[in-house]
Amino acid sequence: MATTPTSTPAPKTNRIGLTVLDYRGGKTTLCAGCGHNAISERIIDAMYEMGVPPERVIKPSGIGCSSKSPAYFMSRSHSFNAVHGRMPSVATGAVLANRRLIALGLSGDGDSASIGIGQFVHLMRRNLPIIYIIEDNGVYGLTKGQFSATADLGSKLKTGVINDLPPIDTCALAITLGATFVGRSFSGDKKQLHAMLKAAIAHQGTVMLDVVSPCVTFNDHEGSTKSYKYMKDHEEPLQDISFVPSFEEIDVEYDPGTTVEVTMHDGSRLRLSKVEEDYDPTHRINAIHRLHEAHDKGEVLTGVFYVNPQAPTFIDMLNMTDEPLATLPESAVRPGREVLEQVMEELR
Amino acid sequence: MATTDIALHQDSGSVERKRVVNNMSIQVATVNGSGSQSSNTVLLRSIFQMGVPVSGKNLFPSNIAGLPTWYTIRANKDGYIARKKEIDFLIAMNVETAREDVMSLAPGAAVLYDEPLKLDALRSDLVFYSVPYDKLVAPVCPEAKLRKLVKNMIYVGVVAKLLDIEMGEVEKAIRKQFAKKVKAANLNLAAVQAGYDYAASSLTKRDPYFVQRMNKTAGKIIIDGNAAAALGCMFAGVTVVAWYPITPSSSLPETLIEYMKEHRVGPDGKATFAIVQAEDELAAIGMVIGAGWAGARSMTATAGPGISLMAEFAGLAYYAEVPGVVWDIQRVGPSTGLPTRTSQGDILSTAFLSHGDTKHILLIPCSVAECFSMAQDAFDLAEQFQTLVFVMSDLDLGMNNWMSDPFTYPEKPIQRGKVLTKEDLDRLGGFARYKDVDGDGIGYRTLPGTPHPAAAYFTRGTGHNEHSQYSERPDDFETNMDRLNRKVETARSFVPAPELMHGDKAKIGIIAYGTSHWAILEARDQLRNEYGVETDYLRLRAYPFSAAVEEFIEQHDRVYVIEQNRDAQMHSMIKLDIRPELVTRLRSIAHIHGLPLDARSVTDELMSMEGK
Ligand SMILES: Cc1ncc(C[n+]2csc(CCOP(=O)(O)OP(=O)(O)O)c2C)c(N)n1
Ligand code: SF4
Ligand SMILES: [Mg+2]
Repeated sequence: MATTPTSTPAPKTNRIGLTVLDYRGGKTTLCAGCGHNAISERIIDAMYEMGVPPERVIKPSGIGCSSKSPAYFMSRSHSFNAVHGRMPSVATGAVLANRRLIALGLSGDGDSASIGIGQFVHLMRRNLPIIYIIEDNGVYGLTKGQFSATADLGSKLKTGVINDLPPIDTCALAITLGATFVGRSFSGDKKQLHAMLKAAIAHQGTVMLDVVSPCVTFNDHEGSTKSYKYMKDHEEPLQDISFVPSFEEIDVEYDPGTTVEVTMHDGSRLRLSKVEEDYDPTHRINAIHRLHEAHDKGEVLTGVFYVNPQAPTFIDMLNMTDEPLATLPESAVRPGREVLEQVMEELR
Repeated sequence: MATTDIALHQDSGSVERKRVVNNMSIQVATVNGSGSQSSNTVLLRSIFQMGVPVSGKNLFPSNIAGLPTWYTIRANKDGYIARKKEIDFLIAMNVETAREDVMSLAPGAAVLYDEPLKLDALRSDLVFYSVPYDKLVAPVCPEAKLRKLVKNMIYVGVVAKLLDIEMGEVEKAIRKQFAKKVKAANLNLAAVQAGYDYAASSLTKRDPYFVQRMNKTAGKIIIDGNAAAALGCMFAGVTVVAWYPITPSSSLPETLIEYMKEHRVGPDGKATFAIVQAEDELAAIGMVIGAGWAGARSMTATAGPGISLMAEFAGLAYYAEVPGVVWDIQRVGPSTGLPTRTSQGDILSTAFLSHGDTKHILLIPCSVAECFSMAQDAFDLAEQFQTLVFVMSDLDLGMNNWMSDPFTYPEKPIQRGKVLTKEDLDRLGGFARYKDVDGDGIGYRTLPGTPHPAAAYFTRGTGHNEHSQYSERPDDFETNMDRLNRKVETARSFVPAPELMHGDKAKIGIIAYGTSHWAILEARDQLRNEYGVETDYLRLRAYPFSAAVEEFIEQHDRVYVIEQNRDAQMHSMIKLDIRPELVTRLRSIAHIHGLPLDARSVTDELMSMEGK
């Protein structure tokens, strides 16, 4: 790269020589102000800063406004906008076919917590390498604003209808089931979401992020518990999150008294500071306990609730060969004549 | 060739009856979970090893233990291996059904029964042999709790003596059955011997049935269709398998797991495959589609209820053009239906599975050899046509033992279809995913992970243009749908062609498919030998139909479409496909009752429809 200043300065590039523009997608067709758009922006920034080759990323999604959003970031990555609630299975198949792919799954609260809860549950159990994002607005945006299963008790629709069923906490559920990196954020919390996404990229197993993402058209009014205003008033961050990627020199000192540092599988560091006293993000039971407590207190707790950087992934469990299965040559996938001969002999 | 079964109704008590050699069906009536399966396999193999063509069919209940099960072995010197309607030799082991089993026999049949059942009092026109099982089993099997299982080997010995099955072959079959378990083999052998000795000393042969050595099975193998399919998939290079247990398909992936663990682990000790038991069939097909999209040779195996669950995804794969292979081992529906009985009831719904205009490629094997060879066809076609391919097997084929010539090693290299690599993209600069460049309706695709900035495209189930961009334009939609139809048209000449068998100047044609084949072969001989009626026969092996199907109908005055379902599903599909003026030539013979098709029913119904 040129080091002498020129009249038109070269655009800034990341460690693999790409500019942030190389991570852009198509122009969004979502409503102006929709939380989902902000999440797309954070994904672009995080992927760019982490220097992830876009061609290695896949963006499977379900159906919904949220599931459309892969069209609006990272056009150089393959997308698969599948069927409603079934993104987990499509993602699983793709990752099994090619273990080198970096899967970024996009879903909505309707997509994951209602029609797709079965696949959601089983994906979490497997610790498949994937970043699973729920863009959570408490309603079905695309079908015009019906309640979803993450809507809080007592929250109100624009029509005045009150939700009288308890919400499914996808984070508590994911932790219970075996996901190994679980957090909640808010589309409006730029700094927290950014750091969380970068740590997510460094994680080797299943990352489940529930990102509260207001639907400005159907669920941003007084009485909604997923509105911008409600989040501003009730968001309770569990910690300040910073992330030091493996490829960066560690320069900033930190105080072990107030900061928990988690070393990720790739050697990068996730730093959680001003952690509530005795909150240990590697302790599953505590995490679940704290989430239930937050519900009772009416707080919207955000942050990294649980992380287990070393747990074996589904790929490890299947003892798969290092090469992508998809492109193994015929010689590797078709046993020789002598094998057929031997099997035939056994059947005679 | 003699095709009628020589039934000697007169004087069943006489030893003078004419010998019936290598032409009989033996039925073992028992309860499931009683461990008779090994005995039945030993009987089957012993006859097979004597060079006599055999088939074995298990009619079992949807239950783990305690309900009636019938196992039928047919030995036939002429090689007929379809189910035979009449039972010649009954081994009555089930107290619950013994009476009905005996009452339904034709006069002259033989019955072997447990002494305390006193079945001989039921009828005077049958040959009865009583066997004191409990008395015989005690001395050879000191361990009381094993007696229930070992008892079954007693009848093998009795039958061996009565039918002249060589004991050397029985021993060989037992050693094979209990391969590494020498103690078990010896125990079972002793039981067989006890039965044999009992028959030699205490029973007088009064039935006419004999097994006699011949040379029609040399070099052949015995295997079930699901195991054959599993082998076929392994040699076809399958890499990702996702499945959910359902009878009668489960043994396909289960056998595949065994074969793959043995033969598809690389020098590094790591698997060149991934097999996942999914949470349900929706997830199974989703994984297959995700994997196919990312470039794997992916498959699942299921039965009708699973196919129904896969419907939405099948439409996505059709429309987004993603390869994958689905084995449907058909059983009797609707709903849970008769889950352990065979049918051809998913043909129509699978061909058009999903909403909107969808059409899928179906391959229809009739034999274990075709289960093996069509596995490669299925994967090749799926990748060449970038779509799901359904292999329509059935319970009769999948779960029963069939003899076959050994499978031949696939000579054709694996076909991966139109996939652009980084180098292709360097040369081309870019591509349009859904553009019909070659006029066959099939576009070029890239695999995720291809390291080229122009490799990515957006895969979607929503309306799209050639560049896979979202589009609601009427012209884009129609152009795309027409192209998809062009793919199906192209497929007509790529799918396995029908098999044609000509008679002598026949005016009557028969169209059938799958396991119905075996009854049709026999029925054609019956029609010729008993009625002097010549038929030509076309066996369908795939959908969409090749041009040969219409030609065949053109060449015949009347064409009988014979199948194992109620609604004449294939008949309907042919009607949709041929010129309207040919439709009146078609006639349908379609039944579903859960039993594999037999020749006699076909012959009788066809003759009555012929007005004779
Ligand atoms: C099988 C099926 N049922 C119903 C629908 C209709 N549908 C489309 S999107 C959607 C809900 C989406 O909600 P969510 O996942 O929360 O996404 P959002 O639009 O809120 O981002 C529904 C019910 C569908 N596409 N498919
Ligand atoms: S309807 Fe709601 S969720 Fe959908 S794009 Fe508009 S604001 Fe976003
Ligand atoms: Mg929603």
